[in-house]
Amino acid sequence: MSISPLMDYRVIMFTGEGPIFQQLAARIADDIVSGAYPEETAVPSATDFAVFHQMNPATASKGVNMLVSLGVLYKKRGIGMFVATGARKILLTRRRDEFRTQYVQPLLREAAVLEFTAAELHSMIDEQDPA
Amino acid sequence: MTNAIDIRSLSRVFGQVKALEDITLSAPEGSICGLLGRNGAGKTTIMSILAGQDRPSSGTVEVFGQDPFENKALLSQISFIRDNQRYPDGYRLHHVLRIAPDFAPNWSSDVAAELVEGFRIPDRTPIKKFSRGQLSSVAVVLALASRAPLTLLDEPYLGLDATARAFFHNMLLRDFAEHPRTVMLSTHLIEESEALFDRVLIVDRGRVYVDCASEETSTLAFTVSGPAQVVEELVGGRTLLASHTVGGLRSVTVGGTADAGLGFRAHTLGAAVSPATLQQLVAGYGSAATAPEPVRTNKGAHA
Repeated sequence: MSISPLMDYRVIMFTGEGPIFQQLAARIADDIVSGAYPEETAVPSATDFAVFHQMNPATASKGVNMLVSLGVLYKKRGIGMFVATGARKILLTRRRDEFRTQYVQPLLREAAVLEFTAAELHSMIDEQDPA
Repeated sequence: MTNAIDIRSLSRVFGQVKALEDITLSAPEGSICGLLGRNGAGKTTIMSILAGQDRPSSGTVEVFGQDPFENKALLSQISFIRDNQRYPDGYRLHHVLRIAPDFAPNWSSDVAAELVEGFRIPDRTPIKKFSRGQLSSVAVVLALASRAPLTLLDEPYLGLDATARAFFHNMLLRDFAEHPRTVMLSTHLIEESEALFDRVLIVDRGRVYVDCASEETSTLAFTVSGPAQVVEELVGGRTLLASHTVGGLRSVTVGGTADAGLGFRAHTLGAAVSPATLQQLVAGYGSAATAPEPVRTNKGAHA
């Protein structure tokens, strides 16, 4: 990925909300789950990510290495970083594990504040179009 | 990793004014270090001393293990462009570009040319007539094209438009990847530049308050905001870095990490607790009425 110096500068700025390397790792992981980076294809290098997102190269390496240690990315010596076979499954499993704490529990807390009954909640989910 | 910069127990006094008071700081080689703090905090004095353009009143300064003052070999490895850098009368851009390589053995004319084009720096106008932003652009050209092992950037953003600032970040990171060096950058545009830093220094009133890896800064302070009474109940008795109250609402910045208990109590009482952003942390140190305790979690740098 080569980047023109006069590229479109509407890049996502990484600031606030947790360490920047984690934000980068989460963004790459999202792109693997969505299929933007299919398995066994190359992802941009840590340097490319650093320049593109205008972040410190050491921070970008840390984010990429986080996914390497999860077995999601692997390094082909002299070529670059690749998405591992089974990477999507690894990430999906992790995210399914986090679904309860990240979405279901906050949903139930808010529902309790708004005095929804369990039945109301169930029917709301049933009626909701899975967009 | 060895340190590019080592300052120990350094003070700098100008007459009655203590510009720097017993500061100790370091930066590892290859780091991009943000030097943050209010006007008059001592940022430019620190850079001047690192660049050998000023001497400490007491204490020691080492750059790559040597004292920079009157050290010709070392000074060719350091680039420092002041925020108010002056150029000889009648100088135009090409005069500066012609003379710069004499001071910078690693000078890259390709980098210089790309920056001049990207910044749209005029060549026919005398530098004396440059706008604030154009002067900053020239400073950035000199700093980046020098490829100096220690590059000191003093307020590189002054007057730069949004496109130019992003272009500067882009060029810095691209050239840094190919030619790693140690960069120290002072700025007030904290949110815009914080992702660049792997180390952060916060100075105020001539003292260093924070010297740590950038991801640790979120553990140094937290904010509590909500109804004034609730906030008071939650943080009463603690030393506040900053606080502001509008009507019945109050927001405070407190040093340290919030424990889970505080977050839970705040939630039930209708207040919010969150880690302070770097911007809030710097503003907090700059507005604290009494000097707070310095924090130095200097992991990664050698003492």
